[in-house]
Amino acid sequence: MFLARPLFRLVRDDTAIPFMKGRKLGIAFSIILSVLSVVLAFYPGLEKGIDFRGGILMEVRTSGPADLGALRSGIGSLGLGEAGVQEFGDASTVLLRLPVQGDEGATQTAVNQVRATLEQVSPGARLLRTEAVGNRISDELFTGSLIALGLSMLAMMAYIWFRFEWQFAVGAIVTLLLETTKVVGFLAVTRIEFSLTTVAAVLTIIGFSVNDKVVVYDRMRENLRKYKTMPLRQLIDKSINETLNRTLGTSVTLLLSALPLALFGGDTLAGFAWTMVFGIVASTSSSIFIAAPMLLFLGENRLRRVTEAPSPAARAASGT
Amino acid sequence: MLYFARWKVAAIAGVILLGVLLSLPNLFPRASIPSWLPARQISLGLDLRGGSYLLLEVDLAAVVRERLEGLADGARTRLRQANIGYLNLAADPANERLTLRVRDAAQVPAAVAALREMANPAGTAAAPGVPADVNVTSAEDGTVTLTLSETALRARASGAVEQSLEIVRRRIDETGTSEALIARQGQSRILVQLPGVEDPNRIKELLGRTARMTFRLLDENANLQAAVPPPGVEFLEGETPGQRYPVRRRIEVDGANLSDARAGQNGQTGEWVVNFSFDSVGTRRFADITRQNVGRPFAVVLDNKVITAPVIREPITGGQGQISGSFDAASANDLAVLLRAGALPAPLTVVEERTIGPELGADAIRAGLISLAVGASFVFLYMGLAYGLLGWFANIALLVNLLLMLAALSVLQATITLPGIAGIVLTLGTALDANILINERIREETRLGRPPASALEAGFTKASGTIMDSNLTNLIAMACLYALGSGPVRGFAVTVAIGTIVQMWTATTLVRLFVSIWYRRRRPKLLPV
Repeated sequence: MFLARPLFRLVRDDTAIPFMKGRKLGIAFSIILSVLSVVLAFYPGLEKGIDFRGGILMEVRTSGPADLGALRSGIGSLGLGEAGVQEFGDASTVLLRLPVQGDEGATQTAVNQVRATLEQVSPGARLLRTEAVGNRISDELFTGSLIALGLSMLAMMAYIWFRFEWQFAVGAIVTLLLETTKVVGFLAVTRIEFSLTTVAAVLTIIGFSVNDKVVVYDRMRENLRKYKTMPLRQLIDKSINETLNRTLGTSVTLLLSALPLALFGGDTLAGFAWTMVFGIVASTSSSIFIAAPMLLFLGENRLRRVTEAPSPAARAASGT
Repeated sequence: MLYFARWKVAAIAGVILLGVLLSLPNLFPRASIPSWLPARQISLGLDLRGGSYLLLEVDLAAVVRERLEGLADGARTRLRQANIGYLNLAADPANERLTLRVRDAAQVPAAVAALREMANPAGTAAAPGVPADVNVTSAEDGTVTLTLSETALRARASGAVEQSLEIVRRRIDETGTSEALIARQGQSRILVQLPGVEDPNRIKELLGRTARMTFRLLDENANLQAAVPPPGVEFLEGETPGQRYPVRRRIEVDGANLSDARAGQNGQTGEWVVNFSFDSVGTRRFADITRQNVGRPFAVVLDNKVITAPVIREPITGGQGQISGSFDAASANDLAVLLRAGALPAPLTVVEERTIGPELGADAIRAGLISLAVGASFVFLYMGLAYGLLGWFANIALLVNLLLMLAALSVLQATITLPGIAGIVLTLGTALDANILINERIREETRLGRPPASALEAGFTKASGTIMDSNLTNLIAMACLYALGSGPVRGFAVTVAIGTIVQMWTATTLVRLFVSIWYRRRRPKLLPV
């Protein structure tokens, strides 16, 4: 039974990497990346999907290779605004996009016009998918998503505050903000569509990321009780190193389940899954390099206030 | 910690057995399960099986407009009857009110009293004391304002949405679409899910029409060329462009009084017609009208368009009639469906449509299953190789986790969507987190020099708080996602949340049971960690 014993370890048990040495560099690097991401989110901006931008999206399968030029001019002549026509997956599948029309009624009329045009330009074409989202709905979905994201951050902060001291909550939420902005930057760079599914990915990452932080924080709290005199800096390093195998292990299992989704999950899930993959890597590294070191800035003295051994002066004053 | 009472083992085995039983129905097609079995199944979302999702909005502004028009008509009649002269009668839908000016200031109190009679009680008869839906006020200069009350409007709007829901359901039933899901969403919207419908155009057309049919008399003396129709009359278009009819506003018989409508062919001409019959009230009214107006034309008006305007040749007392217009088989059939189902209280607009063909759905299922298989094998291998025996125990627990997830989803009769499959795949990754935590802890405790039994025990106990904390964060995130709530994304939140909850049990209790059985059999001197 050779399988009964572990065959490998991600990192050796006696690993003692001085993470705190690089904390300023790490945090500075992270802030720069996040600022860049925010800039990218506005210029060139995110590729908003139909959920958030509204409009019409149709996936069409033509009999035989599609004549993109004919389709483009056919739909362009309808005067429905700038039409996007692109190959999708294979040569006989085409993705059509139209901007949002005046109101919902106009959007529905436009859908019918495009159908009629398709019938003319490419007889025998079949509609695989039609999505038509009115501008009011897309606005609502967009604000709803932002609210959900904000709400989840607040809920996480409240939870950690409740379970730990406030320094942990602030540390986690700042890290979370840095991470989420990087995911947004990733979306901007890769031109992955920002849609409801991507928001689902971001929210999932937030959940997992806080989970990661909680484990490290949990260990720090335990160590704070155990080693009453150890300097905080050393204690944080110790806690990170002790939980390193777990942090990396969980990330690996998550990556191993997210990667197949990205590779084989099809076009609909690819954006979601790649966002997850990026988010997992970002959140794991920030758990190690940002979240825990951040506590050193926030809690140099305060986290020790209860457990700190009384100073000689205080002892003298109390007359013991 | 490592000791399990006999009844506990039995209970754990019972839970797993129940999981198997509850998941079993999913292996069989729904039709093949006898109806006496309380079997529940997971259903596939529209993105997996193909179908059409429509979000309709009830035009509540039209409800206000209609009530104001009704009030304006009523005001005209009542003020004329009371011999009160007035000017500038105007409806103002934006502010939900109607204004007019009484010529003779002395008649203002009489006018106010007459107009107040038009108010409907806002509540039902069962709830007296609710203020009336119209508030009548007057100013010094003789201006009388009728304002619709906010509560009454809200009740009316809510009623309109409920009624629309019912009509939408009837119309869709008439088309023979099976398993359609129709539900109210929010204040003014109706969600319609039509599994298997690839081309929702016919249904959209059916739902896009108000189908309010009225029988009214024509004003033969009206001058069609006049810019403004005479009071109480409106000019309505006919079927052919440019055709106009002077139709009296007064509704003699309403489509609501129909008891049946069927498409058919006229025996002589062979053209398509709609045959209808009135209910008892409609029959009586129609008989009265036709008796009093023999030789005069009357109009059948559908959605503010005159379909036909024949001359009444003889009194129609049988309560049956025929509408002939320029119908073909399909349009006659559609009209019959619409008349049978009843009129919508307000127009509906499609504000969101998502239609997915069955091919894409099949592709998506295949892609999802491949990802699940590949993800599961990767994760199993990693876990087994990195953690040895304890890892393989965790893998078995993970399989049970998947089974119980399936069972829970079946019991909830959840709808599984493509993002839902993604949620299951991701659960593979997160579910093992608890075991990784436990295994790492056991390893640490062993390195600290604890004997096997005590190390195992410490591992499970000390990790449990962390497991609780870290899983709760996942659940919070999923609750937020669920609240954001739109079909497929909700499916994701539900599967991940169920996976997380089930996992808290399988990863701890179940694995502990495996470990305890193994430990009692082998009594190892060293733990394989």
